[in-house]
Amino acid sequence: MPLNRSKKKTPMPTQKPEVRRRNFNEVALGYSEEEAVSEAQRCLQCKKPGCVEGCPVQVQIPQFIKRIAERDFEGAIKIIKETNSLPAICGRVCPQETQCEKNCVLGKVGEPVAIGRLERFAADWERAKGIHPPVIPKKLGKKVAIIGSGPAGLACAGDLAKLGYDVTIFEALHKPGGVLVYGIPEFRLPKIIVEQEVEFIQQLGVEIKTNMVMGKVLTIDDLFEMGYEAVFIGTGAGLPKFMGIPGENYLDVYSANEFLTRINLMKAYSFPNTDTPIKVGKKVAVIGGGNVAMDAARSAIRMGADEVHIVYRRSEEEMPARKEEFENAKEEGIIFDFLTNPVRIIGNENGWVKGIECIRMELGEPDASGRRRPVPIMGSEFIMDVETVVIAIGTGPNPLLTKPLKA
Amino acid sequence: MFKILEKRELAPSIKLFVIEAPLVAKKARPGQFVILRIKEGGERIPLTIADYNSENGTVTIVFQEVGKTTQELGTLEAGDYIQDFVGPLGVPVEFPNHKKVLGIGGGLGIAPLYPKLKMLHQQGVEVVSIIGARTAELLILEEEIKAVSDRMYVCTDDGSKGRHGFVTVVLKELLEQGEKFDEIIIIGPPILMKIGSEITKPYGIPTMVSLNPIMVDGTGMCGGCRVTVDGEIKFACVDGPAFDGHKVDFDELIKRLATYKEEEKISLERFNEAHECK
Ligand SMILES: Cc1cc2nc3c(=O)[nH]c(=O)nc-3n(C[C@H](O)[C@H](O)[C@H](O)COP(=O)(O)OP(=O)(O)OC[C@H]3O[C@@H](n4cnc5c(N)ncnc54)[C@H](O)[C@@H]3O)c2cc1C
Ligand SMILES: Cc1cc2nc3c(=O)[nH]c(=O)nc-3n(C[C@H](O)[C@H](O)[C@H](O)COP(=O)(O)OP(=O)(O)OC[C@H]3O[C@@H](n4cnc5c(N)ncnc54)[C@H](O)[C@@H]3O)c2cc1C
Ligand code: SF4
Ligand code: SF4
Ligand code: FES
Ligand SMILES: [Mg+2]
Repeated sequence: MPLNRSKKKTPMPTQKPEVRRRNFNEVALGYSEEEAVSEAQRCLQCKKPGCVEGCPVQVQIPQFIKRIAERDFEGAIKIIKETNSLPAICGRVCPQETQCEKNCVLGKVGEPVAIGRLERFAADWERAKGIHPPVIPKKLGKKVAIIGSGPAGLACAGDLAKLGYDVTIFEALHKPGGVLVYGIPEFRLPKIIVEQEVEFIQQLGVEIKTNMVMGKVLTIDDLFEMGYEAVFIGTGAGLPKFMGIPGENYLDVYSANEFLTRINLMKAYSFPNTDTPIKVGKKVAVIGGGNVAMDAARSAIRMGADEVHIVYRRSEEEMPARKEEFENAKEEGIIFDFLTNPVRIIGNENGWVKGIECIRMELGEPDASGRRRPVPIMGSEFIMDVETVVIAIGTGPNPLLTKPLKA
Repeated sequence: MFKILEKRELAPSIKLFVIEAPLVAKKARPGQFVILRIKEGGERIPLTIADYNSENGTVTIVFQEVGKTTQELGTLEAGDYIQDFVGPLGVPVEFPNHKKVLGIGGGLGIAPLYPKLKMLHQQGVEVVSIIGARTAELLILEEEIKAVSDRMYVCTDDGSKGRHGFVTVVLKELLEQGEKFDEIIIIGPPILMKIGSEITKPYGIPTMVSLNPIMVDGTGMCGGCRVTVDGEIKFACVDGPAFDGHKVDFDELIKRLATYKEEEKISLERFNEAHECK
């Protein structure tokens, strides 16, 4: 097998920034067979592969990559699916740079093998061809309930079904997928892919019940009475956080969760062909520096905003967003206001947002997390004219969904 | 899919559905609501559980056709299905040691008032009720409210039935006459709940209102339903929808309810055009 000695990953074909910033189609287009084979040939087939240690589901990485290098794509996807039921999703949205690819030996002298892209390739290759119905395992006759159909619930369901358990997932929303359907935008993870991976989980024999807000419609005790012997709780994070500054309840101030849910789950980008509306002004400010902020900002530009700012109180180095998403956002014209903190939102008498007052920050002493703490520069306040504000500063636990569950 | 078992027109543009939803019916309590989505591409809208029967597995909803989704809902008939119907959501209301309660329902607010008064009546609490609507024709659930009240007052804005005037006129009179209540429940348009709460405040009578902010998920995930109560942000879908009327920022709620006025108009116009073509 020839070795590809390139220090860099085979580049991923993508939609051009000036085109993609106005559509919701997927940004990354995926490797061709030639590109995949060539990238697979970079892998050194380590005897003690660090990459596998970094993968939370222990995908047998060198083995599947070897199959790709040999053009045995069927064999590749089979190996991946032994331990991962959601490869098309993971290949796209796993933070590979802190997981599998972090430990790849090639990373010491250049770029690591593009493990995520290869996983995605294998999964997409299989989908294009038509997915083989999986071999249904011998049933153990034991029932397990899973609450929440996000990636955690789906992965757990897939693993248990493969072991022969009768698995039922209870999901609060009308569609399974959790953050995969309501949070992560279409242009990073097409919903059809989520649907197909969910279908695969169902083919494994998992039953999915939607419209089931657990704790309200059924309690854990009810589940045990119904004959479930174990319950897995994968309800994710709930309750969006707000900043506690004046003006946060003006009409066009959104939590990132609401903004993204309206656009992704409720398909507000098709309004009025769909029924759920959304307000996206000409100038939008997204507060926060994580992946969610990137998704919200990139969605806002696609909804037609002229100018989208990301307002973040620390500097570029401290920003928790994935580098790749930051680069994508910059290419799409998102403006980054680092070391800037909102102090109040300004509205008119009817409650519509007119702007945000911000204060400039500078980095002071490191805090408990080791990151340098931003401190305001007195007298540096200024007003940013915006019409829509999206707050993406994280989420906390949802009291409703945990309180009655424990009781 | 959830089957519509029965459809009744209570007043022009106000309809009642009995829906087959056994799991919801089994856990439903007064004060709770459901969120429904008619079909793929539809929006999620909250509606109060106006009544429920856990033995028959049915849930009753009463809705007013105000825009696209409620009008579309109104075109469905008994035997038709609703795609998604999720609940019971929100915190059930409780009245632990009450002896006498006043319930006030304005317009469509009479529907959410009913299950609360019914529960109070069953608990043996003395129930006084004031219900009102713009005209006699629009007055709903009069018989039902009467059946669970020890005394009932009816008002219409135009005087076509009962007292001429708003429900708050009767409320004022009762309080001025010195009548005492352990709690007053006011449900109706936000402006009615605001004015009613202002009237009861000087008397120091606990006043419960049921808020109707715009909702999406109804599970505490989006924060769209946030309201300010006692200076703090609360999410009406998980912390409410019932709150202390003396502490609610009604002006903010009223403003927020107008967020999508323009879009709602577009949506409704398209719906009407599509329907006229048929
Ligand atoms: C916008 C956004 C982008 C992200 N991008 C990435 C990324 O690129 N890469 C990455 O690795 N991570 C990303 N994350 C984080 C990642 O999505 C989460 O870590 C992951 O989704 C957690 O999965 P989960 O299954 O635990 O929870 P969730 O995906 O949140 O799923 C929980 C599910 O449980 C349901 N539920 C909650 N309560 C109940 C109840 N009482 N009864 C029934 N059902 C209930 C919810 O409706 C939901 O469907 C992103 C998150 C967001 C918000
Ligand atoms: C907890 C709760 C219980 C409710 N119970 C009832 C009830 O029992 N009967 C009833 O007729 N109505 C009830 N409502 C109001 C009902 O949800 C709205 O009338 C309905 O959503 C309007 O939808 P539409 O598309 O027909 O009208 P639209 O033209 O879209 O909206 C008309 C008005 O309704 C409000 N509204 C719009 N979308 C929503 C939404 N997603 N959530 C809440 N309000 C919205 C807005 O103020 C809007 O201006 C309740 C609302 C809440 C929050
Ligand atoms: S992309 Fe995710 S699932 Fe795949 S190997 Fe890397 S960490 Fe594991
Ligand atoms: S560490 Fe890198 S080179 Fe080694 S097997 Fe894993 S992917 Fe291949
Ligand atoms: S409706 Fe989304 S949090 Fe209440
Ligand atoms: Mg509507």
